[in-house]
Amino acid sequence: MAVEDLGCPWLPYYHQSMIVELGHFALILALFVAGLQMVMPLVGAHKRWSGWMAVAEPAALTQAALLIVSFIALTYAFVVSDFSVRLVTLNSHTLKPMLYKVSGVWGNHEGSMLLWCLILAVFGALVALFGNNLPDGLKARVLGVQAAIGVAFLSFLIFTSNPFLRLAVPPLNGRDLNPLLQDPGLAFHPPFLYLGYVGLSTSFSFAVAALIEGRVDAAWGRWVRPWTLLAWVMLTIGIALGSWWAYYELGWGGFWFWDPVENASFMPWLISAALLHSAIVVEKREALKAWTILLAILAFGFSLIGAFIVRSGVLTSVHAFANDPERGVYLLAITGFFMGGALMLYAFRAGAMQAKGVFGTVSRESALVLNNVLLAVATFVVFIGTIWPLLAEMAFDRKVSVGPPFFDATFTPFMILLALVLPLGTVMPWKRAKVGRVMRPLRIVVLLAFSVAALVWVVQTERSLMAPMGAFLGSWLVFGAGLDLWTKTGTDVSAKLGRALRLPRSDWGRVVAHSGLGVTIIGISLMLAWETEDIRVAHVGDTFTVAGYEINLARVDDIEGPNYFSTAAELRVSKNGREVAVLYPEKRVYPVAAMPTTEAAIDNGIFRDIYLVIGDEQPGGGWAVRSYVKPFANWIWAGAIIMSLGGFLSLTDRRFRVAAGARKRPVGVPAE
Amino acid sequence: MILRVLLLCLLMAAPAFAVEPGEVLDDPALETRARDLSKELRCLVCRNESIDESNAGLARDLRLLVRERLVAGDTDEEALAFIVDRFGEYVLLNPPVTGSNVILWVAGPVLFLTALGVSGAYIRRRRSDTAPTALSSDEEARLAELMDD
Repeated sequence: MAVEDLGCPWLPYYHQSMIVELGHFALILALFVAGLQMVMPLVGAHKRWSGWMAVAEPAALTQAALLIVSFIALTYAFVVSDFSVRLVTLNSHTLKPMLYKVSGVWGNHEGSMLLWCLILAVFGALVALFGNNLPDGLKARVLGVQAAIGVAFLSFLIFTSNPFLRLAVPPLNGRDLNPLLQDPGLAFHPPFLYLGYVGLSTSFSFAVAALIEGRVDAAWGRWVRPWTLLAWVMLTIGIALGSWWAYYELGWGGFWFWDPVENASFMPWLISAALLHSAIVVEKREALKAWTILLAILAFGFSLIGAFIVRSGVLTSVHAFANDPERGVYLLAITGFFMGGALMLYAFRAGAMQAKGVFGTVSRESALVLNNVLLAVATFVVFIGTIWPLLAEMAFDRKVSVGPPFFDATFTPFMILLALVLPLGTVMPWKRAKVGRVMRPLRIVVLLAFSVAALVWVVQTERSLMAPMGAFLGSWLVFGAGLDLWTKTGTDVSAKLGRALRLPRSDWGRVVAHSGLGVTIIGISLMLAWETEDIRVAHVGDTFTVAGYEINLARVDDIEGPNYFSTAAELRVSKNGREVAVLYPEKRVYPVAAMPTTEAAIDNGIFRDIYLVIGDEQPGGGWAVRSYVKPFANWIWAGAIIMSLGGFLSLTDRRFRVAAGARKRPVGVPAE
Repeated sequence: MILRVLLLCLLMAAPAFAVEPGEVLDDPALETRARDLSKELRCLVCRNESIDESNAGLARDLRLLVRERLVAGDTDEEALAFIVDRFGEYVLLNPPVTGSNVILWVAGPVLFLTALGVSGAYIRRRRSDTAPTALSSDEEARLAELMDD
């Protein structure tokens, strides 16, 4: 409805255009295309009708193009603040900075589901574009299964959460995005997470297609690995962004809360890490096939369960934005259908997956089996802890909470074991290893890691074991990765550099990713063991000391931002008389959403963060000030970035690009 | 102007962070214990936050209660029991290992041992497998088909 129809000529001009209808139309059309893409290739592959199978590729490309159009249309509505669109009214505001107008598109249930569907279709299109080396039948089936997931989510989007619905009477301005979400860290956190969640749908499609065909071989392992790797890298970045955001935004420097929503992203991460490793065994040794298929199914299953947990609100959590039972039921049905169907297929067909590779008890294969056991059990622990409150209430009528103390106690041991075993596994040869020969070079790594731990023990003033243990594990991983690189480059020391540069990218990927894990472990344990906290009332002009830093509250001002008001303090931090940093922590209020936020001020350093928060003005004068010194905090996220870099390196490995005709070559020949 | 006044009210109403300076006990040992206990208690009106992290008024009341009990000479266990008596088991973030919760606690270790057993058996079987046997008739047929292509 146009403004004139309301008979209100004094209403200010606002945008309202056909583009939104175009987007809406493209969305509905995408559902039909996805339907075609689901039925024709699957039937065609079954009946061996090449004409029907050939529909898969153009359909996948068309579906992705339509959803891109649809997504652009919605973004346009947010950018021009078209408040006739209900979603824009509920989640945007004209005063909001442009970045957050755009990120507002996915900062809500409907828009984020559209993004989800878009990514699903884009992954399908990527399989169509880069899958030239896939056999026709497998490709058609993969795209068909991918489209089936698309049909489920597109109809969920259109029928329960349509983002393009208009308002009959558009308001003058919007209700603004949740201020906590107006943050660069969080603006890009969901897209990365969705790339990860949805990326796992491709591994799932490959697994189901392989089950339908009843055949898994080395080539299959090679095809499924890059998709899993891509999804895992995106999940790593997404989780790290979320954790970094929590660290600086929530005002006390926590980085992981074991919140159901965090767990929802962590479970697919753990399972896809397991899948990455077991797919290597399929590729190199043609063993663990049935298990790898199961992992591929479960990895996407955990993504679906995650979507259900976040959006149904059954497990109440800090940042779930859609609590709607109807949507929950629909998502549960989608999860049930795809998991039930895939697992049933698995039950019938998994027996046919004949393993070929034979290996000894001490071998790379066995080490990777242990890796999978540890990661799978760790995932299960997170899973049962996350759903236990629900289970206990339904089954035992007992209202319980499961919080960080439980997860810390039950999850950490498996991670410690994993870190202990990891370097052993990387230097282990395939097929059969001699314990003595493998252990010998590792002695120097043990020695180095012990020296680091001893150094940490001597340096610290606390008498806790956490820091030295974490330092040992972390440096064991980092030095172990170094040894991995060293042993792969031969005995001639002068030729090492050249050889290292010529190593396959997947070798580099492994070395880099494993040392990233070590860096993260060091960061977490040293920060938790050594952080200092100080809570006090400070008057303007006061100076106080926290962990050797003198902090001076210079002044406190009221300032005004584009869409918020703020109380900002100026704090001067110095050490031994030398000024280290001037920090401006703020307390903001976003009037439209009527919500206060704390903006901590952080001086980032390689070895420590200084983290300051300003609180309320006290009745007796002065301000509440919270100060933290957090050693090695940045190592946590630096490690995550290094891990994802390792994943990227591995992704660019030659064998993933030049895998054409892989099935024609004799199978089971290791590439190393 | 009205907005500004409104905002001031909001600012007053919204505490900036969890533990306020006024709550902190003078005895550092007691305060450390109080903080550790706070991390194990759930803020009842929040979603999945401990009272140590929460800004809510109720969380503050609970924090003060914990400190009161500790100052009165309670041990950590007595202080927790005092609070569980009043607010129920739901308040504990660390689910006690009693009754049905035993399942929760042993699920991970039991699965781990099972998985070790199963994978150990699998690895033993892999090891004892003889060299690849001759092609099955299916595979022979498939090979012939491929060779014809």
